Amino acid sequence: MEAQYIYIGLAAAFGLFMAWGIGANDVANAMATSVGSKALTIKQAILVAAVFEFLGAVLAGGAVTSTIRKGIVDADLLVNSPELLIYGMLASLLAAGTWLFIASKNGWPVSTTHSIVGAIVGFAAVGIGIDAVQWEQVATIVVSWVVSPLTAGLIAFLIYLSVQRLILTQEDPLTQAKRYVPVYIFFAGFTITLVTLLKGLKHVGLDLSLINSYLLATGIAALIAIVGFIFIQRIEPDPKAEKKQHFHTVERVFAVLMVVTACGMAFAHGSNDVANAIGPLAAVISVARSGIVGAESALPIWVLVIGGGGIVVGLATYGRHVIATVGEKITQLTPSRGFAAELAAATTIVIASGTGIPISTTHTLVGAVLGVGLARGIEAIDLRVVGRIFVSWVVTIPAGAFLAIIFFFIFRTVLP
Amino acid sequence: MGNMLANIFGTSPVQPLVNHVHIAYKCVRELDGFFGAAIKGDWDSAVEYRNRITGFEHEADDLKKEIRLHLPKSLFMPVPREDLLELLLVQDKMANRAKDVSGIVLGRKMQIPPVIAAEFQEFVKRNVDASKQARKSVRELDELFTSGFRGAEVSLVESLLEELDAIETDTDDRQAALRASLFEIENEIAPVDVMFLYQVIELIGEIADMAERVGRRLELLLSH
Repeated sequence: MEAQYIYIGLAAAFGLFMAWGIGANDVANAMATSVGSKALTIKQAILVAAVFEFLGAVLAGGAVTSTIRKGIVDADLLVNSPELLIYGMLASLLAAGTWLFIASKNGWPVSTTHSIVGAIVGFAAVGIGIDAVQWEQVATIVVSWVVSPLTAGLIAFLIYLSVQRLILTQEDPLTQAKRYVPVYIFFAGFTITLVTLLKGLKHVGLDLSLINSYLLATGIAALIAIVGFIFIQRIEPDPKAEKKQHFHTVERVFAVLMVVTACGMAFAHGSNDVANAIGPLAAVISVARSGIVGAESALPIWVLVIGGGGIVVGLATYGRHVIATVGEKITQLTPSRGFAAELAAATTIVIASGTGIPISTTHTLVGAVLGVGLARGIEAIDLRVVGRIFVSWVVTIPAGAFLAIIFFFIFRTVLP
Repeated sequence: MGNMLANIFGTSPVQPLVNHVHIAYKCVRELDGFFGAAIKGDWDSAVEYRNRITGFEHEADDLKKEIRLHLPKSLFMPVPREDLLELLLVQDKMANRAKDVSGIVLGRKMQIPPVIAAEFQEFVKRNVDASKQARKSVRELDELFTSGFRGAEVSLVESLLEELDAIETDTDDRQAALRASLFEIENEIAPVDVMFLYQVIELIGEIADMAERVGRRLELLLSH
């Protein structure tokens, strides 16, 4: 069928648009934490994001892609009309992309994940039928949207509490920081690697045994910790800056740690959010090529390139301005606080990715920041804005769904 | 959504509070030169000192309003908003007292009796010291927030506050002594002038009292 090229072409274009939007906003938010705390420059942040988003998407993104692709819509109902799934996925991509575009123009805090899930549920429920939605799976996802910020908040709270106890409240915080920060680096490297190895790699075709996974994670984490340790030993106190702020050098030690957690954050983000763009794309390609719904086909590598590439381009073009603006505003997030938030968010997100649950990375990060705040770590948090974020999340789901339904009916009429 | 993460951070009150106490101290510090000029009867330079004092006092006032504006009730902070506002208020009062007392002295072109001039000048200096120590203590706010108001930093601030208390006690002693000296000679001075001299001494002494209250406020923050 000739039409398949049109479908694939459109899906690729919409997917690219969506990936661009994710890079321009979501990734920018994730990286701004590191830029704001001066652990990374904007250029370094873009480089880190480019590498680790891609790694995250390839190594640990398979499960979420699979959920977006075939976990929400019950494909069995579409065996006789595969083109409906194509229209729906195209409509979802376009709807989520459009909604994100409108929202970011107006400065509304919305989530890419909520948009795309809302859109897919919308087209499936209205365009095909209520039964076409796998409600149990959707319920799990929605619950996870509440649980993930809470989990990240709790982890961040505990991490920051330990930082206070072990380092910041001690007589000689610098010595303590030099002693404990490599341990935190090890912990960060270990958690993220281990979850990836245990949960993510199956989709790449690698299946390590439990013991091997632990050994490999320990090895990788130790390696990162040693490199971090070397960098930390080189840090000399700056007496002039110390006089103004006793924790100046301590924060520089934490900045090394924050480079590691920034990589982890980009990796985690890639493992979860890239799926928002390429999941629907993959679904369209699979159906268009084989003509049947639910065919087991491997994810073509160029799909990942579109996802990863689009994100990097979005970040480099529009996202850098977002990073600059956000980075400037969040100076309260010093490295000792920022790392706690990033590590907690990254861990939570990677676990969700491994389980195949699409969550909002930005909301998770917000939850983590609030956790640091609860540990008396942040000078001032504006609760009105936190409230607004929760309102926007409730609005995004019907908005994405509504747009997807409109686009779905347009595509069904217009497309062959 | 670009700014979702950025906007959950309110404006941190820490640096503005530190800036405010710095201005209040600069205002009080001018009193030393002001009384030096007044004792010599050099009213031209006294006017200049007075202008600087009112300038700093206005600056402190503006900053105070600005800080209040950026501390809405919706802020979630590690310490109660009310305590920070109260701290700001007593910091501001140090500057207010400096302005009030210099206004009275200049307006009446008051003569400080030569017999007590040296003692008087020392008394002023100690009050300036008190506000300097208050500034030093408030400057630790940033570190206090970083360490979550616990541990070694708290002990450091506590020792600074002990020092502040010691200075304030010293100003009290000097104030009593100065009043006694004035009492010795009060029959030689016009009664109205004596009345105002007592009032001026009282007002200067209040600067150290306000500095001490800055300390009390900081202590309250520590106890949360």
